Amino acid sequence: MTTTIIWTIVAITVLGVLLAVVLYLVATKFKVEEDPRIDEVEKVMPGANCGGCGFAGCRAFAQSCVESANLDNNFCPVGGNEVMKKVAAVLGLEVKEKAPMVAVVRCNGTCANRPAVNDYDGLKSCKVKAALYSGDTGCFYGCLGCGDCVAACQFGAISMDPETGLPVVDEEKCTACGACVKACPKKIIELRNKGPKGRRVFVSCVNMEKGAVARKACSAACIGCGKCAKECPFGAITVEHNVAYIDFNKCKLCRKCVAVCPTGAIHDINFPTPAPKQEKTASKPAAGKPAEAGKPLPVKPAEEASQTTDKKEE
Amino acid sequence: MKKTFSIGGVHPDDKKISAGCAIEVLPTPKTVYISMAQHLGGPAKAVVAAGDKVKTGQVIGEPTGFISAFVHSSVTGTVKSVGLYKDLAGIPVVHVEIETEPDEWADGIDTTDTLVTEIPQDKNFIVDRIKSNGVVGLGGATFPTNVKLCPPPDKKADILILNGAECEPYLTSDYRIMIEKSRQIVVGAALMKRVLGVNHVVIGIEENKPEAISKMKEAVASLASSSSDYSGIEVVALKKKYPQGGEKQLIDAITRRQVKSMGLPIDVGAVVQNVATSLAVYDAVQKNKPLIDNTVTVTGECFPKQSNLLVRVGTPLSYIIDYLGGVPENAAKAVSGGPMMGKAIANLDAATLKGTSSVLFLTEEQTRRKPETNCIRCGKCAEACPMGLEPFLLNKLARNGMMDELEQNAVQDCIECGCCLYSCPANIPLLDTIRIAKGEVIRIIRSRTAPKK
Repeated sequence: MTTTIIWTIVAITVLGVLLAVVLYLVATKFKVEEDPRIDEVEKVMPGANCGGCGFAGCRAFAQSCVESANLDNNFCPVGGNEVMKKVAAVLGLEVKEKAPMVAVVRCNGTCANRPAVNDYDGLKSCKVKAALYSGDTGCFYGCLGCGDCVAACQFGAISMDPETGLPVVDEEKCTACGACVKACPKKIIELRNKGPKGRRVFVSCVNMEKGAVARKACSAACIGCGKCAKECPFGAITVEHNVAYIDFNKCKLCRKCVAVCPTGAIHDINFPTPAPKQEKTASKPAAGKPAEAGKPLPVKPAEEASQTTDKKEE
Repeated sequence: MKKTFSIGGVHPDDKKISAGCAIEVLPTPKTVYISMAQHLGGPAKAVVAAGDKVKTGQVIGEPTGFISAFVHSSVTGTVKSVGLYKDLAGIPVVHVEIETEPDEWADGIDTTDTLVTEIPQDKNFIVDRIKSNGVVGLGGATFPTNVKLCPPPDKKADILILNGAECEPYLTSDYRIMIEKSRQIVVGAALMKRVLGVNHVVIGIEENKPEAISKMKEAVASLASSSSDYSGIEVVALKKKYPQGGEKQLIDAITRRQVKSMGLPIDVGAVVQNVATSLAVYDAVQKNKPLIDNTVTVTGECFPKQSNLLVRVGTPLSYIIDYLGGVPENAAKAVSGGPMMGKAIANLDAATLKGTSSVLFLTEEQTRRKPETNCIRCGKCAEACPMGLEPFLLNKLARNGMMDELEQNAVQDCIECGCCLYSCPANIPLLDTIRIAKGEVIRIIRSRTAPKK
């Protein structure tokens, strides 16, 4: 009985040692040569595998970084400059700092601004809805409100505001990976410079219809009047196909365009003090700013205005 | 035993409530909006500008490519603008807006009613007339007819099938023209028979239209006795089953030949044309009259005045509806086309196209979708699918974006007939997801087979 047990143990041990030797020989013979730096780079990556950099995942990105001579064409939007600095340190390369980006929803067609003209009863998906028709409002270009962008976001940074029916981007969570930009069939979401202290100015409309038609469908639409372009001292605004666009690289955040916009289509975000155009804002019925959920930063100018008046009354 | 296609299909109530209404000519509206994208393929290029005077039947849009078609003015008048105007889905498309005046026909158009039965000998003459008069398939897809009648030289047709199935519920426009213009349809068939060089023409009509069957048989018999050009034309009654009017289904029902995946009817030697197209071919060739009007059924249980109207292309839908007494109060949805495959109308100001076959009003009760529940694996969708697909599986794959698996499961063969959606007891929007997936898979297949630059 004891002998059987001993022999079994001996036999298994010998077999194990033999197989280990075979495995060792095979492993050395067929070893895949890989740059050890790939592992090192991968370690400093965020590991979200979101594909925002344009590669299949973090490892593919790391491999590309190791193989290329410089880091000009590689950028991890999720990790941002910090991660890129670490990557550069590992590889001993230089890295240019990039301005942080954020996803911006360029539609202000809230339920109040843009009334529904028909009732959609199909599958709740922007892709399906866009393939069928122009959407349930008079605006062919605007947000369809089925939340494909919400589903596409891996970071939980986008949510639908039930009151406005529009998606809201949480700046803290947004990594600017661009998944929502790809998911939106109407191409409303754009990656823009986050701006100093998160301050930025953008045209919250993509309606290419002529002014009167656009205005009829949505009271907050850009009517392509060009007032903003004339006002802009930096030549940052262009009006093409009846819609204005602000080049965020040229924009110096002076907010003169915000003041002259007759429909309130130009939005300024995260500015601390009420803009000089305060009175005009108050008179505009449609100039509601998109509520930024979970945003720690300042109150919107309109609200602030009402607060100051409250104080006066007190 | 009457013929029908071999697999799948459903039996919706046919509800042909406007069948008894003779075709009535709708007065010309004050303004027409003629779309430049009325056919499959590249949209036509407008060749008129604001301020131009146009005559009825004059060319206002020229084709832009091999698969494209001429567009003609359906009225006499002054062009007010050429620009974007919303179509029935609310999508801006280039339209020519014309303010109408009393009709003055362009030169060379025969506007009399005399039946011309003599078939021209020259094939090219017939094809040229079909092309220059902008004839497109009126069975739904609006594919340019001249392209369909000229198959590539290595493929030969041996049978022409005329589609008079009209298997969609409610629609009666094909039925009415088969009764009122049966001879013209048969002449059109003989013209296409000459072009294709086939000896056999089958006109397939579903059994729920006995009057159309007898009228068409009568027309074929009387024309066949007058000239040998009309030999080999036969009228076949088909069993009633949806989607019999589908090209591949009709070929199966009549010839028992099966078109392969991603194949065309010409691969099995068949060409299918709608009866309304045949009528348009007659007008184009024998009368030199462009395709500027078509028969539109206006119907629905909630609509008080059932009608079949002869409508000029570009007439605003709102004008037609106002002419018949306005939108009924309890109507919840307006559909262009039949209830199975038609498109919901999001914009009642949109204008009719060459291929518009009906305006159908449905009530809330008839049209509202019920809440979606879980798939119970009953297999009704797979049983109903006339293409032998498994919609429940395709739906799952589509929702997960599994393109390779979708292609392996032949999503590209879907004909979007809606049988799966119709038969699903769990109210799953199968067609919504499958249609999108089909589009994406076809795009992938095309990009793979396209020559690399």
